[in-house]
Amino acid sequence: MGGETIGPIISVERLTKRFGAFTAVDRISFQVEQGELFAFLGPNGAGKTTTIKMLTTLLRPTEGTLRVDGFDPAHEQNNVRKSFGIVFQDPSLDDELTAYENMEFHAVLYSLPKALRTERILHLLKFVQLADRKDSLVKTFSGGMKRRLEIARGLIHHPRLMFLDEPSLGLDPQTRNHMWEYLKKLNREEHMAVFFTTHYMEEAEKVAGRVAIIDNGKIIDTGTPAELKKKTHSSTLEQAFLSLTGHSMRDEASTGAERMRLHKRMWGR
Amino acid sequence: MGVIYIMWLRQLKKYWRSKPRMIGSLGQPLLFLVALGFGFGPIYQKAAGGSYIDFLAPGVIAMSILFTAMFTGIEVIWDRQFGFLKETLVAPVSRKDIMIGRTLGGATVSVFQGIVVFLIALLFGFRVGNPILIPAALLFMFLIALLFTAFGTAVASRLEDMQAFPLIMNFIIMPIFFLSGALFPLQGLPKGIAIAAGFDPLTYGVDGLRWALTGISHFSPWLDMGVLAVITLCAGIVGTWFFSKIQI
Ligand SMILES: Nc1ncnc2c1ncn2[C@@H]1O[C@H](COP(=O)(O)OP(=O)(O)OP(=O)(O)O)[C@@H](O)[C@H]1O
Ligand SMILES: [Mg+2]
Repeated sequence: MGGETIGPIISVERLTKRFGAFTAVDRISFQVEQGELFAFLGPNGAGKTTTIKMLTTLLRPTEGTLRVDGFDPAHEQNNVRKSFGIVFQDPSLDDELTAYENMEFHAVLYSLPKALRTERILHLLKFVQLADRKDSLVKTFSGGMKRRLEIARGLIHHPRLMFLDEPSLGLDPQTRNHMWEYLKKLNREEHMAVFFTTHYMEEAEKVAGRVAIIDNGKIIDTGTPAELKKKTHSSTLEQAFLSLTGHSMRDEASTGAERMRLHKRMWGR
Repeated sequence: MGVIYIMWLRQLKKYWRSKPRMIGSLGQPLLFLVALGFGFGPIYQKAAGGSYIDFLAPGVIAMSILFTAMFTGIEVIWDRQFGFLKETLVAPVSRKDIMIGRTLGGATVSVFQGIVVFLIALLFGFRVGNPILIPAALLFMFLIALLFTAFGTAVASRLEDMQAFPLIMNFIIMPIFFLSGALFPLQGLPKGIAIAAGFDPLTYGVDGLRWALTGISHFSPWLDMGVLAVITLCAGIVGTWFFSKIQI
């Protein structure tokens, strides 16, 4: 049974995903407690998004067991989907709808009552400073504006668990801070757990209660930022991250790839 | 507001907002009516007796519904590529409802397109046999639309990207159209073509529509209706099944 369990909100055991002969996620195990702010960190191609896809019912695992809010995402999809919200790494808006319509669509999918729906949508659009553009088609937005809208949309319903796959991608520092304040408030007041990935280590250090570091599909270490720093004799989480994952760049050179992806987000779609 | 309604509404909005597509998709039926209607008119009159445009118009209406419906069904691939599909797939609603809403939306749009072509055909001299049967014509149009939207969604659910589109166009949509008896009568066909036409679901749609609009048909309209309803139901079930199995 799930839904109102007291156990961990996510628990993953020897989870594996292979694409053909390539193993993207390799027997990883970890747990996320209720109401925890959990950072899932790793270089490009480490397997973060693949893991999130499996947890959110978008991809079937090859092996291993996983539980989200007590349910199995591979078999009890409908129950699991009631428990979480997600902001994807890749674009997920309908370009041919307006900002407001995208928000409303989401609110209906998550069956928010009508009164709450309008109120919350307007509030969030103001929050991400898109209130004056609410009736513009999304295809007329800049990359950062689209990202802000995606964040706002993810916050319409208040799930017990929120997945954020690189939420800060393409956001200016003001918006980023703003977003984290909002998330932390939801975390405090509604005990919402947050599972997020980011390539900004200072962000993870500031926000996360606990961190898991994944590289080449394997979890290398988990712990609080303080624990990881202590273990690696580092003064920042970034240094700890680099000493755990090595300094060499990944198949997609990390900074270059990040820049290119940012660029693509801004201009490419 | 429910899931089915909002999915339906989305299809309508997208259709209404893409005027170039709307107008563009009228080009082909128009061409068929003009080129074939006037081009073959005299020969048809001599050979079969009667007006070719009366024979042709139901076929061209069915064609425009076929194309619009298949394309709105196949839009699933676009949604996947532009990422919006993820948003609907992780939501706590049954994929069956998403599929129903999508299909109803696509079908509504396609029927609308069919009605526009019908009106254009009237301008070209098409005469309706018995106006009382227009609701029956609409029913046939709606069934054709539902069938091919669901079918398009089923096909698209199994594909990753648009690369297979020319294949779908040339090996599915075109044969379905050309073998359906939309352009030529089914009487006295060579055996091979007759059999192929018998397996083509659009054959029954065109035949039923032709009956409702002109009073002439090859099969009994009840047979047309029955076959179409059963195949539509199957396409709906298969489409829902494939759609609910999509992974990203
Ligand atoms: N559908 C797929 N088919 C084949 N390989 C895939 C597929 N999806 C992901 N991969 C591979 O799996 C690995 C992990 O990808 P994933 O997207 O999970 O990385 P990530 O940790 O999210 O990286 P990033 O920081 O760049 O977002 C990569 O090497 C990627 O090429
Ligand atoms: Mg990723």
